[in-house]
Amino acid sequence: MSTAPHSGSRPHHTVHTVVAIVENRPGVLMRVSSLFRRRGFNIESLTVGRSEEEGLSRMTIVVDGESAPVEQVEKQLYKLIDVVKVSDLSHEEMVARELAMIKVRCNNVNRHELLDIANVFRADVVDIATNSLILQVVGDEDKIDGLIKMCEPYGIRELSRTGRVAMVRGTKTTTVHEREPEKIARIHEKAGRRVDNIDLPFSSD
Amino acid sequence: MARMTGAQITLESLQREGVDTIFGYPGGVVLPLYDTLPQFPGLRHILVRHEQGAAHMADGYARASGRMGVCLGTSGPGATNLVTGICTSWMDSTPVFALTGNVGRALLGKDGFQEADITGITHSITKHNYMCMNANEIALAIREATHIATTGRPGPVLVDIPKDVFQEETEFEWPEQVSLRGYKPTTEGHAGMIRRAAEIIDQAKRPIIIAGHGVIWGEAHKELVELAEKACIPVITTFLGIGAFPEEHALSYGWLGMHGMFYANMAADYADVVIGVGMRFDDRAMGRFKDFNPTAKIIHIDIDPAEIGKNFKPVVPIVGDVKRVLPKLMEETKQQTRNEWLRWIDQQREEHPTLHIRESRRMLPQAVIRSLYEETQGNATIVTGVGQHQMWAGQHYFYKRPRQLISSGGLGTMGFELPGAIGAQVALPGQEVWAICGDGGFQMTMQELAVLVDEQLPVKIAILNNGYLGMVRQWQQLFYDKNFVSVAMTQPDFCKIADAYGIRAIRVEHKNEVELALREARNHKGPMLLDFQVDQEENVWPMVPAGAALSETIEAPAEELAR
Repeated sequence: MSTAPHSGSRPHHTVHTVVAIVENRPGVLMRVSSLFRRRGFNIESLTVGRSEEEGLSRMTIVVDGESAPVEQVEKQLYKLIDVVKVSDLSHEEMVARELAMIKVRCNNVNRHELLDIANVFRADVVDIATNSLILQVVGDEDKIDGLIKMCEPYGIRELSRTGRVAMVRGTKTTTVHEREPEKIARIHEKAGRRVDNIDLPFSSD
Repeated sequence: MARMTGAQITLESLQREGVDTIFGYPGGVVLPLYDTLPQFPGLRHILVRHEQGAAHMADGYARASGRMGVCLGTSGPGATNLVTGICTSWMDSTPVFALTGNVGRALLGKDGFQEADITGITHSITKHNYMCMNANEIALAIREATHIATTGRPGPVLVDIPKDVFQEETEFEWPEQVSLRGYKPTTEGHAGMIRRAAEIIDQAKRPIIIAGHGVIWGEAHKELVELAEKACIPVITTFLGIGAFPEEHALSYGWLGMHGMFYANMAADYADVVIGVGMRFDDRAMGRFKDFNPTAKIIHIDIDPAEIGKNFKPVVPIVGDVKRVLPKLMEETKQQTRNEWLRWIDQQREEHPTLHIRESRRMLPQAVIRSLYEETQGNATIVTGVGQHQMWAGQHYFYKRPRQLISSGGLGTMGFELPGAIGAQVALPGQEVWAICGDGGFQMTMQELAVLVDEQLPVKIAILNNGYLGMVRQWQQLFYDKNFVSVAMTQPDFCKIADAYGIRAIRVEHKNEVELALREARNHKGPMLLDFQVDQEENVWPMVPAGAALSETIEAPAEELAR
């Protein structure tokens, strides 16, 4: 069978892409994930990293639409104090991507075949050894699923996927522009974080 | 600015937030805090006998006064003992501030003695919680936590402070403002939605208001009366909404739900417009969701957007503070009379008199409550536990003001009654507070009797003692084929227990002794306990069986009425 490198989202499965701007504070990931668990919303993927605004992180959460009415997901997220803004991208024109690294078995005989496949998927070879290579691919889930399928006959030693990050097309953003007063920001920046001078474990030297 | 220790900052900050009372229990890591306590004579510390009691007292204090209650526990078991109380506040949206100590920073995460990850444990039962890793974070954390607990939909918060942070010295600076990007409760209702709601109400033939706890916390009872009177809308409340609308008012039709008034359930089920005000369409109130009044148009007003559309999708959602929304809604609605509709409910009430108490030789528990109502002229603050006695206290005492009934509705925490009443009495010095207890629940927290003596609090305790976990027994009788398992209890002599603490007590064995005992308790200056040996097998009626719809409300069967 053949798989197109780029195709639309899987029709059999409704998922929602929700972007949450959250305060970059200890425990925020647990607050979000524990909320999903408690309310019975299934997370397909969750990706988090710094945003364009200092002190704020951007989370991209893909939620199984069968388990959760997206409106409730949004409202429950808003109840968390550390969540500043929630945007549902499900009905937006968006660019959604994830990155995967695939460590595939290969040998001198079939390496070229594998490189041809990588080429079709515009995947990069980021490591190569005598019996394996690592392919790095960026794209939507279908493209990555497609490459994985093509690699399977060779034997996949290891697979690591990042989960989806997404952005709305055009000038619209999910950004938050509100800054905290400087004094408060200074306290918030360090609040709840471990201090450096922890003298454990004790050295037995 | 002044140099202060973390402990001093903690207490100074609480005091600046208007806190006057802390219900707490000391222990290893909070010793620096207790060491500092005498420097703050404006803070009254009430020593409890178990941290769960502290959390319930803080809750009872908050519910009775409308102000934030504060409880304090040490690390580990001290903190985890607070959890039931915190969750009780969470489910009923009451502003409680829980302060805990934790092990020193170097030991955190190393399973130190009495270490518990209390912020992790309470994530899902607090509005927000904090762990202060530096003394200079404490003031802002307390300021923010208080703001969060007391605004929007109120709720509990927790601040956890490691021992050495209490001891750390820093410059104290009181944050003049709170700035939380992620917390901005919507208070003004959407004008267009309010107009739409008014149109629907104007056209309605059979509208009904279901008023909840949010009306009490939003202090919108006057506004509610004005709307109801102008638009002539009968009002029923949820169980926690009891007191949100005066029960003596002509438009009051009691409360709905599993053990609500028969006619309240019927009215809710027959209404063409249901206006939920400051309530959350809970399963105990609404019965089986999918068969709750399928033709009614629902208007839902609540300050928490997540409650709207959670269980029921309203035709008109209004997110806002009920105190601001109700006057606007009143302005938009037309003056009306709806005699036909009121007559219909009146007739239901005449044909199904839920609150009629039959004549009986036995000491009926509901008759004890009614006698209490009569003796106190309906003025006492009533605090209950959970179970049959709770439902009878809700049914057979009539409440005229908000905050008059204090009860664990959402979590259903047995043992809430005594500490809850202690907290209420601390908030209401000189006022009459009664703890209505079950014989089961009383034993869960009865060690707090000592606090009554320590603090000279004149709480009156009425135990409706039927020797059973009555509500469980009722369910086993009705739904488990009378297979009574683990519900009969051999009770201690509660009078001797009270006596051991130095509290006066009377055992009341015959129905003709009830009034005298109540009178004696009311005339007694200090706390007093009455152990009412009530009929053992009386059931609570009416009842919406679990999983049934409001339209399937069952009334007391004839054979039970003949008992």
